[in-house]
Amino acid sequence: MKIFLKLTFLFVIISSLILSRANAAGEQQELLKVDWSFKSFFGKFDRASLQRGYQVYTEVCASCHSLKHLSYRNLAEKGGPEFTELEAKAIASNFEVTDGPNSDGEMFERPAKLSDKFVMPYANVQEAIAANGGAYPPDMSVLVKARKGGANYIYSVLMGYDEPPAGMELDDGVYYNKYMYGNKIKMSSPLDDDIVEYADGTKATVDQMAKDVTTFLQWTAEPHLESRHKLGFRVIIYLSVLTILVYFSMKKIWSRIETKV
Amino acid sequence: MSDHEYTPKSKVGKWFNDRLPLLTLANHLTDYPTPKNLNYWWTFGGILTFCLITQIITGIVLGMHYVAHADLAFESVEHIMRDVNYGWLIRYVHANGASMFFLAVYIHIFRSLYYGSYKSPREVIWIIGMLIYFLMMATAFMGYVLPWGQMSFWGATVITNLFSAIPLVGESITNWLWGGYSVDNPTLTRFFSLHYLFPFLILGLVVLHIWALHVPGNNNPIGIDIKKPSKDTVPFHPYIVIKDAFALLIFLLIFAFFVFFSPNILGHADNYIEANPLVTPAHIVPEWYLLPFYAILRSVPDKLLGVIAMFAAIFVLVILPWLDTSKVRSTVFRPIYKQFYWFLVADVLILGYVGAMPAEGLYLLIARVATAYYFAHFLIILPFLGMKEKTIPLPLSITEPVLGGSTDMAMARNNSDFKDKL
Repeated sequence: MKIFLKLTFLFVIISSLILSRANAAGEQQELLKVDWSFKSFFGKFDRASLQRGYQVYTEVCASCHSLKHLSYRNLAEKGGPEFTELEAKAIASNFEVTDGPNSDGEMFERPAKLSDKFVMPYANVQEAIAANGGAYPPDMSVLVKARKGGANYIYSVLMGYDEPPAGMELDDGVYYNKYMYGNKIKMSSPLDDDIVEYADGTKATVDQMAKDVTTFLQWTAEPHLESRHKLGFRVIIYLSVLTILVYFSMKKIWSRIETKV
Repeated sequence: MSDHEYTPKSKVGKWFNDRLPLLTLANHLTDYPTPKNLNYWWTFGGILTFCLITQIITGIVLGMHYVAHADLAFESVEHIMRDVNYGWLIRYVHANGASMFFLAVYIHIFRSLYYGSYKSPREVIWIIGMLIYFLMMATAFMGYVLPWGQMSFWGATVITNLFSAIPLVGESITNWLWGGYSVDNPTLTRFFSLHYLFPFLILGLVVLHIWALHVPGNNNPIGIDIKKPSKDTVPFHPYIVIKDAFALLIFLLIFAFFVFFSPNILGHADNYIEANPLVTPAHIVPEWYLLPFYAILRSVPDKLLGVIAMFAAIFVLVILPWLDTSKVRSTVFRPIYKQFYWFLVADVLILGYVGAMPAEGLYLLIARVATAYYFAHFLIILPFLGMKEKTIPLPLSITEPVLGGSTDMAMARNNSDFKDKL
């Protein structure tokens, strides 16, 4: 079994080498850490938090940030916010999409259906940039996976607005953020206490909304996270049992000769 | 191949075997006499075969859903992750599978370095292996470009730009590789095409690699020639098969842990941002398995010389059988080489580390020293050490030291030594 100690040792060295890369880029303030419900081995989403997070997204973020890889049907799917199908249909019908051409060759507007993609706030990237003072509000579909630090980073940026330190000059439309790369951000603080009114009566503090919307964005980035954890647990159990069986078979077979295995 | 003649028992089997000796081949593979003292470092050949097959199968399925177009590639990957049944699983297995493949191949290569498996009469196995390794790097690099994220795009830009360092024709070669004047849609489509082709070239080379292995037979931890078949060998099936299976399962447990519980830890966050030719990422880093070569590339101030150094780093490995002048294969009997071996391991790990860091200040200095040492190891230390080193006497067979009974005191003393080491 000594070999496995060696293997583990090698594994630890190599993985620490890989992880060390995470610290490669510049000096930065340590991120705020949240004990997310989806992080652990059996991690699942907090359903209520996902639904509240969706509300924060539509009422606050959606005016600038798109979710172009999501469809309205995703809102009713298992492992997500799990709105009922009726609720998801009602949500979709609040949005207008352009369809067509119809039999007269004309494009027409109709309410969105479950099968439609999330409606985008801007027609194209150029319009988004023009409307936001030269900064493109990134699509949020995989934003959590696209930032080092993931959910903690998104949460930290939402909580990181502060007065700039003395001597720091900020241009118009640029804001100071403790956790943003380079500490400058072109988005003003999006959250204020009670900016949304939660349907379930939860108090809409900035911290609560930041947590909810981050949870929601973790789901949009990893819609199959729950089934991944579930399947992963089964795979690990299956492999462990098989490994033990094969180990004893091996011992038995090698016992026919004198050499140890 | 096998020394003994094989005749199938059934009449049909004999009829078929006379026309195409597949059954003889199968018989050769099961009976193949294998040294019985092979340790677990020898199980990585089987693990690597498994990795290659896994990459090919998952890759073929991904290819059914992926769209090789600069405007659609990123979206089609998200489509696979969201809407294709178990698409997330297939993609995560493929992406992490590449890392696991390299982890296994590095262990396989360093095993060969430790036990001198590249030495006569196994030079051809080694050279084919190096060809496979080189193709693996090319394949992995092109595969990383396919999702068309920021690191895909900028990684492709940096690596293809290396060819522009070639005097006179460099510029034309780079444009020819790109299929235009920058990395763009034509680059993506040809990378996809080649990324699909190369694994099958690797598969062909793997067949040759195994064929070449079966001519002299396996090396073993004490590195001596053995009679085959003899008391020193066991038939491949069931002894080695079951042992390889056990090792593969341990490997799969680690693999599964990555796939299911931290599938993105080995990748770079920037690759979830769509490629944008107008925005350069703060740090362009290749995948972890290419970092040592990236460090060598950047440690040389001149671009052309840097590229030459990087390719030379692989080429010294190809000619290694002739650089190492020692006749003794296994490091177990080479006390001084053993120290240098571990220095080399540390050196490569250090190169990997600084390859991930910005090329400036102390990191650059470390990279330069480590690069110099890397070449010194192969070009200076190995040739001289082979001539000067006083090696420990070799046992006559595998069974002998284990069973004892040798009158040679030095050998008896070593006996306990390598029980520890093997």
